[in-house]
Amino acid sequence: MTNKPVSNLAQRLEKGLFTVTAEVTLPDSIEKEALVARAKMLEPYCDAINITDSTGAVPHFSNIAAASILIENDIEPIIQFSCRDRNRIAVQADVIGAHAMGVRNIFCVTGDGVQTGDHPEAKPVFDLDSVTLLTTINHLKTKGKFLSGRELDAKPDLYLGAAVNPFVPPFEQRALRLLKKQKAGASFFQSQYCFDIERFETFLDRLMELTKGSPPPLLVGVGPLRSARFARWLRENVPGVAVPDSIIEKIEKYPRKEQQKAGVEACIEIVETIKTLTGVAGIHVMAYNWESSVSEIIEATGLSKTARNI
Amino acid sequence: MNKVRALESTYLFCSKILSGIIPALGTKRPFIWFMVTSEKAFKKPLFGCQMCGQCILHSTGMVCPMGCPKTLRNGPCGGVRSDGNCEIKPDMKCVWVRAWDNSTQMAVFTESIQDIQPQLDRSLSGTSAWINELGKKNDE
Repeated sequence: MTNKPVSNLAQRLEKGLFTVTAEVTLPDSIEKEALVARAKMLEPYCDAINITDSTGAVPHFSNIAAASILIENDIEPIIQFSCRDRNRIAVQADVIGAHAMGVRNIFCVTGDGVQTGDHPEAKPVFDLDSVTLLTTINHLKTKGKFLSGRELDAKPDLYLGAAVNPFVPPFEQRALRLLKKQKAGASFFQSQYCFDIERFETFLDRLMELTKGSPPPLLVGVGPLRSARFARWLRENVPGVAVPDSIIEKIEKYPRKEQQKAGVEACIEIVETIKTLTGVAGIHVMAYNWESSVSEIIEATGLSKTARNI
Repeated sequence: MNKVRALESTYLFCSKILSGIIPALGTKRPFIWFMVTSEKAFKKPLFGCQMCGQCILHSTGMVCPMGCPKTLRNGPCGGVRSDGNCEIKPDMKCVWVRAWDNSTQMAVFTESIQDIQPQLDRSLSGTSAWINELGKKNDE
């Protein structure tokens, strides 16, 4: 049996090619068009698009439906699964259903607590955690069986990913946690927003040391800050996003009208630094509700598909 | 001796004693009742035990992971606040920040925090973790 990469993302990362992924903001629309329009803005610049799973504990367009709409449009999705809304029965059912729709890349996260979102009175599930979510899906993948032992007609072709957040405590444990997730079945990693390069480098050094210089593929999360006010909102309202004062002050120096441009420039600067780091497989761009900024960031950093594939 | 070391030693002591008793008495109803009652009586005030029936305290720096609002058993989520407090309960120290700190102080189980914990078996809720653990070893 040959080990052919199961997706474009897997192929790129396995070959060690610099890879760009991006997150699409799922619209609150009851039709396909709004999603397709946003994804098409990102598609020329990235190798695969992340579909979140009601991120921030706010209900959005279904991740499986969104992923299959992207596939219809020849765009490769990375579908995110969180532990907040599905128990192990729903997870396994949805994974094989998504596979049948053509989904290959699955990204496993814990998920934000329901208190974060606009339905704080909801019942949080958390039957699994991000690691057991990985072991559960990896069990389907490697054994072709449900956790109960009941057999599927074949093993699903999946490429599993997991999240890493080097920017929040316990800092010393974050690299070990990444490796635990790798052991549980994750083949690639995407990080939370990186605004603190120094902190990231400390993490990366530790990861390089633990893996003797060959870490698993890691895409570093980046994104533009629209304004100093937005940066503060992000820091205070989105769990796990650490925005240092220094970057807010940098943007705040400009008048309101010019802050958007300053935010993009700050992001470009971070990407330029990340590009030079050994042990980084690429970037993951999260431009919340601002897909149009991605082209600018990618072009300015020389990371367009054509530039990367020369 | 610090608190973590003391708890670890107590765990090792109990483990030694019970591994001799449970294979013989683990299926007897009065003994099961005694174990459930004493686990509730000791572990609830000490660790905020929720009687999940699958105790992994020694792998988590003697901090009960079921105290995490997301009941995460394999490490911290990415939502920990910069001050080390919980995303969901801002006034509470993250269970896993405490677990990590404590695990570094342990004598025997420092590395156990890196073990992958399996999916929690919800059907064991309310049963004796000691009997589940040591009885299981006996079956193997």
